[in-house]
This record gives sequence, C-alpha cells and structure tokens, in this order.
Amino acid sequence: MNKQNDVSRRSFLMRLGLLINGGIAALLAVPVLGYILSPLRGKASQGYTTWVSLGPLDRFPEGQTRLAKFRNPFVRPWDGQTADIPCWVRHVAGQTLQVFAINCAHLGCPVRWFPQSGLFMCPCHGGAYYADGSRASGPPERGLFEYPYRIDGDQLLIRAGELPTLAADAGTAAGGRKPCAG
Amino acid sequence: MRWIEPLGEWLDRRLQLSGVIRETALHPVPRSSASWWYVFGSAALTVFILQVVTGILLAVVYVPSAAEAWNSLQTLNHDLTLGWFLRAMHGWGSNFMVALVLIHMVQVFLFGAHKYPREFTWVVGVFLLLVTLGMAFTGQVLRFDQDAYWGLGIGASIMGRVPLIGGWLVNLMLGGPIIAGETLSRFFALHVFVIPGILIGLVGLHVLMVLKLGINEWPMPGRLVRRETYLKEYEELTHQDGVPFVPDAIWKDLIFAGCVLLAVALCAAIFGPFGPTGQPDPTIIETAPRPDFFFLWLYAVLSLLPPQLETPFLLIAPVIGIAVLLLLPFLSGEGEKSWRRRPIAVLTVLLLAVMLGTFTRLASYTPWSPQMNAWSGSALPERSLKDRSPLERRGALVFQAKQCRNCHALGGEGGQRGPALDTVATRLTPDQLIRQVLQGRGNMPAYGKNLSPAEVTALVAFLTALYPPGQMPARDASSPVALEAGGESSSSIRR
Repeated sequence: MNKQNDVSRRSFLMRLGLLINGGIAALLAVPVLGYILSPLRGKASQGYTTWVSLGPLDRFPEGQTRLAKFRNPFVRPWDGQTADIPCWVRHVAGQTLQVFAINCAHLGCPVRWFPQSGLFMCPCHGGAYYADGSRASGPPERGLFEYPYRIDGDQLLIRAGELPTLAADAGTAAGGRKPCAG
Repeated sequence: MRWIEPLGEWLDRRLQLSGVIRETALHPVPRSSASWWYVFGSAALTVFILQVVTGILLAVVYVPSAAEAWNSLQTLNHDLTLGWFLRAMHGWGSNFMVALVLIHMVQVFLFGAHKYPREFTWVVGVFLLLVTLGMAFTGQVLRFDQDAYWGLGIGASIMGRVPLIGGWLVNLMLGGPIIAGETLSRFFALHVFVIPGILIGLVGLHVLMVLKLGINEWPMPGRLVRRETYLKEYEELTHQDGVPFVPDAIWKDLIFAGCVLLAVALCAAIFGPFGPTGQPDPTIIETAPRPDFFFLWLYAVLSLLPPQLETPFLLIAPVIGIAVLLLLPFLSGEGEKSWRRRPIAVLTVLLLAVMLGTFTRLASYTPWSPQMNAWSGSALPERSLKDRSPLERRGALVFQAKQCRNCHALGGEGGQRGPALDTVATRLTPDQLIRQVLQGRGNMPAYGKNLSPAEVTALVAFLTALYPPGQMPARDASSPVALEAGGESSSSIRR
C-alpha cells in the first residue's frame, strides 16, 4: 500500500465522518426548528382567536363607550396579569355595537377614551381617533382595530385572542372590517 | 516565598500559557498610540465584565415569569441587602456600555482606524454595537413593568408591518398570540444566553484582531494608507518608535476603566435603580410608556414621521444604515486617516450627533403627545378670563371641558401637540376659527359632531378675544368690501 493511497483512504474516512455528522445535524435541526416555530403551528392548527364573553350587554349603556376586560382565551398558568386584556365597547344603539382594541393602530400603545370631546387619544406618539374608531389625527394610518362581536342571549361576545397589529388585522383577529354579527 | 517560582514553572509546563501572555503583554505598540484617546474600547470591555457579574448576581433572584418578574424586582429593590444597588449597577452599567461603545466607534472612525488592514475589526465592531443595543432592549424587557409591556407592543407592531410574513414574526417574537409568559421567557433566554454568547464570541474575535493586526497608529495628516506599503510602514513604526503595551500603554486603560467603574457605582448609589414602573397589567391604561435613554431618539422619530413614510422607514432605514456601516471600511479603506483632512467624516459625525441629540431632547418632553390631564388639571390664566363677556367665559368652559387644553397650551400650560393659543386671534379670523374647530385640519381632529352650535359660538368668542394688548386681532380684509358690494344678500349668506 503506497503512501498516497493511505492518505486518500484517511481523508475519505474523514469526509465520511463529516457527512455523517452533517446528516445527524440536519436531522436534529428538524425538532429544533419545530420547537422554535411552535407558536406558528399553534396558530395554524387551532387558530388563536375564539369567542369570549365581555359580560351582560346591559353593562354597556346605549350611547356610551366603556372599558371592558376579558381573560385571554389562550393562557399559561404563569401569564399573571398580562392575560387580562382591556378593550373599549361602544354601544351605538339596540344591537349595534363597536368593540375596539385597546391598542393604537400606530404602534400598539393603550388609547384612552375622552367622552367630553368624543376622542380616543394615544399617550405615546399622539394618535387620535373619533368615537366610531376612525382616524382623527396623528401618526396612525388607519382607524382603531375592531373585534367582531355577537350577542348571545344577554351576553356580549367578541372574537379575540391575539394582539391586534397591522399584520394580524388582515387575518382573523380584530378586523377593521365591519363586524360580522353572528 | 521560595516555593512560588518552582510552582509557577511546574504549572506553566502543563498550561503552556506564559509565552502567549508575555507576547501579548509586551507586544510593541506605536508610542503615539499609548494615548488617552485609545482607552474607550478597553473601558467598554470592562463594563461588559461588570454587566456579566452583576447580571449573574441578579439572575440568582430574578424570576423570569410574567406573573412573578415584577414582584421579584420589588424584592430585589426593597427586601434584599443591597439588591437595589446591584440592580442600579446593572442598569447604569448598561447605559455606560452603550455610551462607551458609541464613543469608541466615533474615535475609531475619526482616527481612520477602520481602514486597511483593520476592515474586519470594524465589521465585527458594527455587530458588537448591534448586539450591545440588543442587550439594552432585551434588558429593558426583563424589567417587566408597564414600559416593558407596551415597549413589547411597539416591537410587535413594528414586526407586524413587515409585508407577507409580518404576522408570523409577531407570533415568533411574542412566543404566542399575546404579550405574556412565553414572551418574557423568550426575552430572558435572549438576554441571558443567546446574545451574551454572541457578544463574548465577537469580543474575543475583536480583541484578537486588535492584537494580531496591531493597534492603530496616531493618524498624521498627510500620511496616507496604501495597501502595498502600509504593513511595512507599521512594522517599522512599532519597532523603531514602539513601546511595550505593558506597562507603557496599559496604565491609561487601567486608570480610565477604574474611573468608569467608579462613575457607574456613583451613578448607581446616587440615582438608584431604574424602575420598575407600574405593574405589567394591560388593564391599567393610565400610562405613558417611554423607552430607555438610548432608544428615546427612536421614540421621537416614530412620532414625527409622516404616516405614509413610516412603514418604509421602519423596514428600510435600518437595513441601509447597517449596510453603510458594514461597507464603510471597504469603500474608504485607503488614503487619509487623520480627521484634520477628512471634513466630511467630521461633519457626518457632527450631523448624526446633533440629530440624535435633538430627537432625544424632544423625547424628553414629547411635544407630540396630548397632555391627558391638562383639561382638568391646568387652570386658565387669569388674564384670559378678566373683563370677558358671559359668552366668552362660557367659551372658556367649553375650551376646558372639551379637552382642547390637552393639545393647546394657554399661559404656558397644556399640551404642545397643537400651537399655543395665547395669541390665536392675531392669526385667525373668527370665520377661520369656526372652520378650524368644525372641520379640523392638519393634526387637529374635526369637532363638528361633538360641539353644539351654541358651544361653537361661545368657544370662538373666547378664542377671538385671545390677543395681546396693543395688537389688532386678525380680520378678513376682503369681507367689508364684499359686504359693501354684495349688500344684503352676501351678509345673509355669511350668517
């Protein structure tokens, strides 16, 4: 066996070793990626939104806008207060309501309702919205996010569960479209 | 003491480190580089080590759970001996580290140290800056208070603006559908394992390159960098006019690093720890979230950008900015090093400094935010009510009750979102005031639906009287002419 042959045999075995390790690494990457991407799979399999109750409808008098809160439908035991999500309920008249996300459509800060001037104002970057949620001024490009709602008996239900952002809005979460009542 | 030397030799025969250490310590540096200007990098490294130590000590107590994190910080602040001081050291250390990294970067750029052959040292340094800022942001999240909660909301909202994959990015960042337990766990893993790991690796590489390539010589105007000759010139410089790094250069690093540590400790002792502010309870909406000092400029930019520019800016500007920083040493890798002969470099640094300084200053009093309590908390100045008619005083009530004050200052009190109204009558005629109130314009919402005609009349009467003594209120020069020409009919239209 000459020396050259010997070297190439060794280097072949080294390459084989690298190949085996590469293959195993690729195999191990599957569960790792699956684990890291699990928040996406959760969304794809069961969706993150469902109907939650805001309590009896008579808690929201006609012609007024009031703060309501609900426990997010998808929680971990260690979520604490962060799973208590507030929203603004505007009872227009009869069965017609608007349920606005608390998050400003600009960058998600909590908007406050001022009944005297009929405006929602954002404390962060100065966005303002009219009573019906449409944009009044400031940096937001659009009106407030709205949760779809329905009335079941005396209960007011909204479809919620996901932090409303410009991306989540296009899907099933709090939609800017008119609520599909029911 | 006779046993120390044999013990050392015994150890070194096994460790084989003394050669490397001696070589590193005694490597020659240009005499001119043993300067007070060359101390910022080592100081940043020192503060990083402080951050590692204080960070580990905090992690001994901190609970990375959304339900408990805030309480564990309270325990650190109030119940544990000197827990507050460690939190303060870690917080102030973070600010000092960002500041030192920035100063170091500016010094390197102005002294031309990013040029050949140290391009990759600069590139690694750019990543070190990004990683340091990443540590600052994730650290702010771990201080799981109201600012952290809504700061995460801002981060998620920015992610949500990415086309196509925005929704996925939001869920990945939050670890689920909302800001909650899994979000904090993610940021804990980033702040404590992932980013520090990257940081340590990059720092090692950065320092190794500085040692291998040699520290930058003091730039002399007119001494140009050429790829063909530079290495030889540097070799000559260090060997003919060089001094050993230890002790000739390092004593300045040591003294400066010591002063910086002392400054961090003093700031920590005097000003105390940062927060936590209110509990991370999203149902407490009476809050005005603010980012930490080094992100304040961004807060201002996000408030001042025109809406239609915002998404492109947020998504494109960082890419361009980082690309420019990374490409810089390859685009200007040769030529003049001295800042005395590089006016554009100096002006760029000054421009950036003034820009960031201005935005940071603006963010310290947020003129773009309505002052939520001004309408109920700030009294009207006396002179705006003195000798006024009942209608005007009724208008003053409307002015306060309808929260006009939240955006418009009077007598120096109130929001600064809109213009101050102390002399508004000299700028707008009554007709213009009516139009502005009813229809809004620019940043002002329309109040047509929220004011009765009587309220508008009263409000405009109040505003019309707001002009300083000795100055005429604004008037429409054409209306008397038009009235005269049109007679009865046009005046009836006006009413």
